[in-house]
Amino acid sequence: MADVINLHPPLTEEDMLSLKAGDRVLITGTLITGRDAAHRRLMDLIEKGEPLPIDVAGQMIYYVGPSPAPPGAPIGSAGPTTAYRMDKYVEPLLKLGLRATIGKGFRGATVKEALKTYKAVHLHAIGGLGALLSKRIKSARIIAYEDLGPEAIYEFDVEDFPVIVANDAHGGDVYSTNVRQFSELPEFEPSWVGGQLAG
Amino acid sequence: MGGDMREVHCDQITETIARLCIEACTELGLDVIAGFQRSLETETSELGREILQQLIENAKIAGHEKLPMCQDTGFTCVIVELGQEVHITGGYLYDAINEGVRRGYKDGLLRSSIVEHPLDRKPTGDNTPAHIHVDIVPGDGCHLYVLPKGGGSEQTSTLKMLVPSDGREGALKFVVQAIANAGPNACPPLVVGVGLGGTFDKAAFLAKKAIFRCPIGTPAQNEIDAQFERDVLELANKTGVGPSGLGGRTTALAVHVESFPCHLVALPVAVNIQCHAARVKHTSI
Repeated sequence: MADVINLHPPLTEEDMLSLKAGDRVLITGTLITGRDAAHRRLMDLIEKGEPLPIDVAGQMIYYVGPSPAPPGAPIGSAGPTTAYRMDKYVEPLLKLGLRATIGKGFRGATVKEALKTYKAVHLHAIGGLGALLSKRIKSARIIAYEDLGPEAIYEFDVEDFPVIVANDAHGGDVYSTNVRQFSELPEFEPSWVGGQLAG
Repeated sequence: MGGDMREVHCDQITETIARLCIEACTELGLDVIAGFQRSLETETSELGREILQQLIENAKIAGHEKLPMCQDTGFTCVIVELGQEVHITGGYLYDAINEGVRRGYKDGLLRSSIVEHPLDRKPTGDNTPAHIHVDIVPGDGCHLYVLPKGGGSEQTSTLKMLVPSDGREGALKFVVQAIANAGPNACPPLVVGVGLGGTFDKAAFLAKKAIFRCPIGTPAQNEIDAQFERDVLELANKTGVGPSGLGGRTTALAVHVESFPCHLVALPVAVNIQCHAARVKHTSI
């Protein structure tokens, strides 16, 4: 198994610059969750110049809508949702100091550019591992927008939460790099391959 | 009503649907797990093999703890094969199915993911309504199939109205490109449903019906479709997408094709992408 980097939020610019697409990372500490509906509300506040109910500076946002917690457990199944749906919400949060997003799947060109500008990364969690990943979440509490149900903003306390650096702060992209490495059919290159490849 | 008709009570349908919803979301089929295990032998990416092992481990945890294998417990798709000699009693069939979904999702602690209208986006709160398709079939059987369909893979599905001159080659290219484009967003390894022919809507439903086929990898009965399945599967696993879209040979576990006659001018092709949480459960009442 490849070397693993341990990250403990809050994170600095230097932490982010040291990461390269393809790196294996274990996160221990606090994650803030958020997906479509919560992001729309945060954007409304940013547009109006009002304060957010959460402080994103130095933090990581995990794109997840967990299933209900069974009795005695902190959370139900809690794997990543698809990241690109949140593409247009990324840059305004990076401006406020957000350091990383966690989700599954590729990001658009605008997000990849913004990650370079603001020294941030997009991390890939394996999609469909909701039951397994829930075991790395030690506690969970709703910190905003409880009325949104599974789309509420939670604070997760995680231990050794496994992710892979998908898009680094230097333009590296693990999805494009790896699919090119394994493809035997260049004529069927996926639509999302592009940009700078990881070193 | 004819005295010879077999009666099936709505309460029985509701209870069965509720049970199938919970089982589908928490107990991954042995056919899918066997697909992961076979892929471990052919996957050349070390990371890919590790991910396949994690998928097997995830399914074990879900089954043991009755925890959903994925937090996205899907849009509940239901196919009913209803014998024309069956009389449904005690209410309306569609209400009984939706009540089953409501109960299954509540009792099973499954996530509700449905909004009332695509534009106003207010959650229904109980994962209803289900997407219900009823086929009237000969006899007095009542067969229920439940597939909680994940949103991420559904979003990567696509349909194109090809023309006859595109032919088999054009159809094959369209399907393989759709699989490559689905990439990491669709949570590969996939089960790919392909609908060939019919009308615009028929092609889409054929593709959906194809992902209900189980065990996965069961070939189509028609040899034209079965050959198309083999060819797509071989090409899909050379695209390099791999487990979780992080590179490798295991992009699809199975390809299922359903076909139907079509108009002289048309060659409709629909691709319904199913993630590795291929959660079909069925039973007969």
